[in-house]
Amino acid sequence: MKFTTTLLASSAIVGAGTLAFADAHGNMAKEMTLVSWGGAYQSSQDKAYVQPYLGMNSDVSAVWDESSAEAVAKLRAMNEAGNVTWDLVDVVAADAIRLCDEGLAMEIDADEVLAAAPDGTPASEDFGDLLVSDCFIPQIVYSTTFGYRTDMVGDTPPTKICDVFDLEAYPGKRALEKRPINNMEWALLCDGVEKADVYDVLATPEGQEKALAKLGTIKDSVIWWSAGADTPQLLADGEIVMGSTYNGRLFSVIEEQKQPVAMLWDAQVFDLDGWIIPAGLPADRLARVMDFVKFATDTQRLADQSQYISYGPARLSSAPMVGKHADLGIDMAPHMPTDPKNAENTFLYNYEFWADYRDDIDAKFQAWLAQ
Amino acid sequence: MSDVNTATTALDAERAEKEYSGPMLAADGTPLKRSLNRALRRQKMRALLLIAPLLIFVLVTFIAPIADMLFRSVENEIVQNTLPRTTKALDQWSGEDGTTPDAPVYKALYQDIYVAQERKLHTRLGSRLNYELTGASSLFRKSGRGVDDIGEVYQDQFEDLNAFWKKGENWNEIFGSDAWLAQIKDWKKASGTPQPVFEMRDGIADIFPQTASYYLIFADFVQTVDEDNLYKEDPWPLIYSAFYDDMAGDTAAAIASYSGPGATEIAEAAAAAPGFETVDYKAAFVKIDKDWGASPIWGTIRAYSPKFTSGYFLNAVDMQKSADGPQLRPENERIYGTLFLRTLFMSVCITLSCILLGYPVGWILANLPARSANLLMILVLLPFWTSLLVRTSAWKVMLQQQGVVNDTLVWLGVVADDSRLALINNQTGTIIAMTHILLPFMILPLYSVMKTVPPSYLRAAKSLGATNWTAFWRVYFPQSVPGIGAGSILVFILSIGYYITPEIVGGTTGTFISNRIAYHISSSLNWGLAAALGAILLAVVLGLYYAYDKIVGIDNVKLGG
Repeated sequence: MKFTTTLLASSAIVGAGTLAFADAHGNMAKEMTLVSWGGAYQSSQDKAYVQPYLGMNSDVSAVWDESSAEAVAKLRAMNEAGNVTWDLVDVVAADAIRLCDEGLAMEIDADEVLAAAPDGTPASEDFGDLLVSDCFIPQIVYSTTFGYRTDMVGDTPPTKICDVFDLEAYPGKRALEKRPINNMEWALLCDGVEKADVYDVLATPEGQEKALAKLGTIKDSVIWWSAGADTPQLLADGEIVMGSTYNGRLFSVIEEQKQPVAMLWDAQVFDLDGWIIPAGLPADRLARVMDFVKFATDTQRLADQSQYISYGPARLSSAPMVGKHADLGIDMAPHMPTDPKNAENTFLYNYEFWADYRDDIDAKFQAWLAQ
Repeated sequence: MSDVNTATTALDAERAEKEYSGPMLAADGTPLKRSLNRALRRQKMRALLLIAPLLIFVLVTFIAPIADMLFRSVENEIVQNTLPRTTKALDQWSGEDGTTPDAPVYKALYQDIYVAQERKLHTRLGSRLNYELTGASSLFRKSGRGVDDIGEVYQDQFEDLNAFWKKGENWNEIFGSDAWLAQIKDWKKASGTPQPVFEMRDGIADIFPQTASYYLIFADFVQTVDEDNLYKEDPWPLIYSAFYDDMAGDTAAAIASYSGPGATEIAEAAAAAPGFETVDYKAAFVKIDKDWGASPIWGTIRAYSPKFTSGYFLNAVDMQKSADGPQLRPENERIYGTLFLRTLFMSVCITLSCILLGYPVGWILANLPARSANLLMILVLLPFWTSLLVRTSAWKVMLQQQGVVNDTLVWLGVVADDSRLALINNQTGTIIAMTHILLPFMILPLYSVMKTVPPSYLRAAKSLGATNWTAFWRVYFPQSVPGIGAGSILVFILSIGYYITPEIVGGTTGTFISNRIAYHISSSLNWGLAAALGAILLAVVLGLYYAYDKIVGIDNVKLGG
């Protein structure tokens, strides 16, 4: 039985595939609205694959919308209004899962829609475990990790995540994100919980109390950020000793702005960022997006992106092709969160756990913050 | 004859006139009142037509969305719409803690979730229930994946019995009407014409009631959502389990005498069905996730099955539903009460500091010669021409501990280097930044009211022997109160709904209720709760406005003149 269903499903997809192919040559929209985060990240996407694509298709134009931070809410509103104006949306994996759950993103078959690796490895194997949702097309692996002021930590720079909680050795303010995700894990880890047990403990009310109590030990010294640019600014101004943010932001503070800041990679939390295609696009726009996304997520393009920003390409096959920074000329590999030296102790964002516990723990976290 | 006739009609008219004691008539004979009314109505209609574009615009773009959003604070149809059979069957359950519903509820759950997962609605329900019960999100996602296997038990048995049951065509021959079958066989997808809509065979629903009802859902889904050719589509496992239920149900006699298409296969199946392996739906669900075997999820589904809920409003005032009615949340989860009070308190602070700072500026503006007043006015308006984000971010650079203000104070020796003032990421930061941003809304009404106070009044007071203070306090100030009133209302109502500035400079103690509303709109997607919080905020503002009108009088508010 299983077999017949699979067979049927795949034949249906082949049907859809040929349809898309027919459209691809007959009727593709001339305009795409791409949604991303703005700033350096969007610019890396623009340089690595949007401009090259437009160069190959001179009659096509692309419009950027910097709305990724509110993408889920906006897509839901567009869907309710019955007028989805976006063609391709860049979101973090957790949002992709929610969009998929809500039926707002289109489910795709990776092998059918995405290009195979140069050696012929199908896309589903090339992306591997990073295909965390049926709707999600990963582009990069990024991490949330700490940076610290090298001139404010004395002779013994911090090397472990728990140094963040050590006010005696490293006095001064720290910046943490104003949400429970990541902070709760780090707090438990530094409160003596084994890494393997962190989520089991965090699932219990006692464990949540424990994590908040640990965060409470540094609460008076914490500046809570909500935008990724906050920590780099605070570090550059010497307002904080150390702070968490996305590793690409720290890279630009260190290498591009030459600030006295260094990375603390310990217990960095990997997360993914990628595309989703909104559900219910008209055929011509869908055909255009499919054509673009196949190009934009192939092995070469993802490797190209790492010339502009220090996020790891989501394809296995892209990793060996990571080269030098386009402007600075420095090797990008050692700055990738996935570099073996940086990745000695890492977490992977626990999507399933946070999908379940986000509402509950966030209520407690916010109440705790407001106390 | 004719003369007589004229005479009588004249007499009649005279008599009628005498008898007539009603309202005055207009020249055309209609009552004057009505005719006047008509003329007035015409005027009113014309006026209404003139403002109609604005009225419609406001209704469509402002009132309707707000009403729609507020409606979400009580609307809760998703549970009943996604789990119609389950919520109905759940009425039988006692709801006692520690118990779980009976087997029919689990069967209903299987049917509901099967249909929902085909339409991809089950995860949506999971997200909705996750606001009330942690874990519901993954519970429904897992169950959506697991239900396929449950129904396949029957599907496999029917198909093993006879390959006839594998083919969608055979099922369609049994359940579709002859007219529809004729149409669908001719139809080709490539032709571009719409697929003939499925029609049930007459009487088949009496023989296979359950199968027929699910077959309708299946047909509708395939034709309208999947847009595949229904004739070739193999039925869902759900259809097979419904088919089995019909075989074992009340209509066994009708099935035995069935003589339509596939009669021999149906007879064979009916004979074999009693020997089939059956499915224990409850065990199957507990196998998918043990939470289905415990009471919390069932209690939650039942508590949220009505079409309207008070749950969002309870949540917005730090309460929750429980078996014994609404009760306060545990202390470590209460937040909205604090935030509402803080928002009100800080808005009052911001309004007061705007009055303190704005009043002298307004006074100077009103008393300077026109040229220099205009120049100053530009300075007042200048912040309006700068982006809100830029202004707020600038305050960050000014106020932080390594910022301009602190550096200056340390340089002046007012504060020590190791005890720099915390001016940002707390209430102080929010009050400073928002006072700056809202100041023009105070100065402008103050200025326009002060402009109308004749300077001769002050001179007269002084010439009558008043001191400067008395002249100001007894003569000038009372005349400027309407400006303060207008400015205060503007500033207070604007600040109560602010969220960008508090988010950036407020830290943890300087954020407003609007920050939580924004969070629930854009991050947690709990729009119901956001709507409930917004409704409460709106009610508070309207209440304060009403109180203001009663105490101060809204007539005393002037924006100018």
